[in-house]
Amino acid sequence: MNITATLIGQMIVFTVLVWFIKGVMWEPILTAMQARQKRIADGLAAAEQGLQNEELAKQAAIDELKKAKTESAEIIAQAQKRASEIVEEAKGTATEEAGRVTTAAQAEIEQEVTRAREGLRSQVASLAVTGAEKILGKEIDAKAHAKALDELASQI
Amino acid sequence: MSGFEPAISNPVEYIQHHLTNLSIGGKPESITDFSVIHVDVLLVSIILAGIFAFFAKKVGDNIDPDNPGPLQNGAEMIVEFVNQQVQDIFPSADKMVGPIAITLFVWIILMNTMDLIPVDLIPGLVAGIYGLFGGDPHHAYFKAVPTTNLDTTFGLALSVFVLIIYYNIKSKGVAGWLKGFFFHPFVAKGTGAKIALAIPNLLMTLIEEIAKPVSLGLRLFGNMFAGELLFLLIALMAFSVWAMPGQVILGSIWAIFHILVITLQAFVFMLLTIVYLSLASQTHDDH
Repeated sequence: MNITATLIGQMIVFTVLVWFIKGVMWEPILTAMQARQKRIADGLAAAEQGLQNEELAKQAAIDELKKAKTESAEIIAQAQKRASEIVEEAKGTATEEAGRVTTAAQAEIEQEVTRAREGLRSQVASLAVTGAEKILGKEIDAKAHAKALDELASQI
Repeated sequence: MSGFEPAISNPVEYIQHHLTNLSIGGKPESITDFSVIHVDVLLVSIILAGIFAFFAKKVGDNIDPDNPGPLQNGAEMIVEFVNQQVQDIFPSADKMVGPIAITLFVWIILMNTMDLIPVDLIPGLVAGIYGLFGGDPHHAYFKAVPTTNLDTTFGLALSVFVLIIYYNIKSKGVAGWLKGFFFHPFVAKGTGAKIALAIPNLLMTLIEEIAKPVSLGLRLFGNMFAGELLFLLIALMAFSVWAMPGQVILGSIWAIFHILVITLQAFVFMLLTIVYLSLASQTHDDH
């Protein structure tokens, strides 16, 4: 239980050991650990950022979808309107056409009737004369009864 | 047996033999004798320092931040533990405090762990080697635990003492540091009171400062020396075959308990060093 020169030796060993450990182990390990800590923090921050971005993208997609839906609804409404318009148009055209055809047919009928009437009219005089001759048994001068014949003809 | 009589036959001589260092320069004459060097203390502590340095170098050379191996993991655990203590106790610590703390911690643990090696193993081996070279095995001394030696514990404590003075001067300057001796711990307001309190202050501060290394050194030495002595006393139970089970049981219990003492004493030494250096770095306005 004495203090000897060993004391000085131990102090020297201690000093050298501290200096050695500092350079060889303490600082490299602390540096590595701090670098790792920083990288983990960065990674977590990046993940957070990614999540945020994902949220934003989701929101954007939803917005885009909504817009597309509205647009498509608009387009469909327009198409329906246009379709009904076309139908109306077609209806109108068809009615018009039908009217025209009817009119033409009526005109033709009218014409035919007129023509038939004219034909009948032209023949009515001779028919009446012939009929009367047969009834009376004598020749009748058509000219003498022209007025009566014309009256008859006009009644047709 | 092997030429020399069983040590157990003479308990006093057995213990004294185990408490004698392998020295150059003979037995120390007085309480401080700088003509003596304890070779065993230096040898064991340098070998342990070398082992520590070797593994530190191995870890430091193969640092892989992404894929730490088992050795690096272990080293990182200790470094982080010590660094945490330094950060907690001494937040404004400079770059030297961490290495000082980890060196004290690991080196003291290693030196204390020598206590767990069976008390007769290393001295026996040394005696055998000594005998091979024609020496008298009875005069082959070897004390394997460096921390059961005052030189080691006071070597460390004095190094810490020097560091305390260094950090004091660094933070306050020489004048500021010396001034601290006269105006603390009793703080006075008036000039007269200051002069009156200067001498008590000086005495108190001197005792306070000197108590730091003395308590550091003696605490570690006392714990380890007592542990070693108890191992020796337990080893003495080998006087009879009938007492051997007692020796085995007591030895095991004490060894297991001693694991706690080994780490605790190293931890306490490290912690107090950080505390002292932290105190030394405070300017007097701080407290």
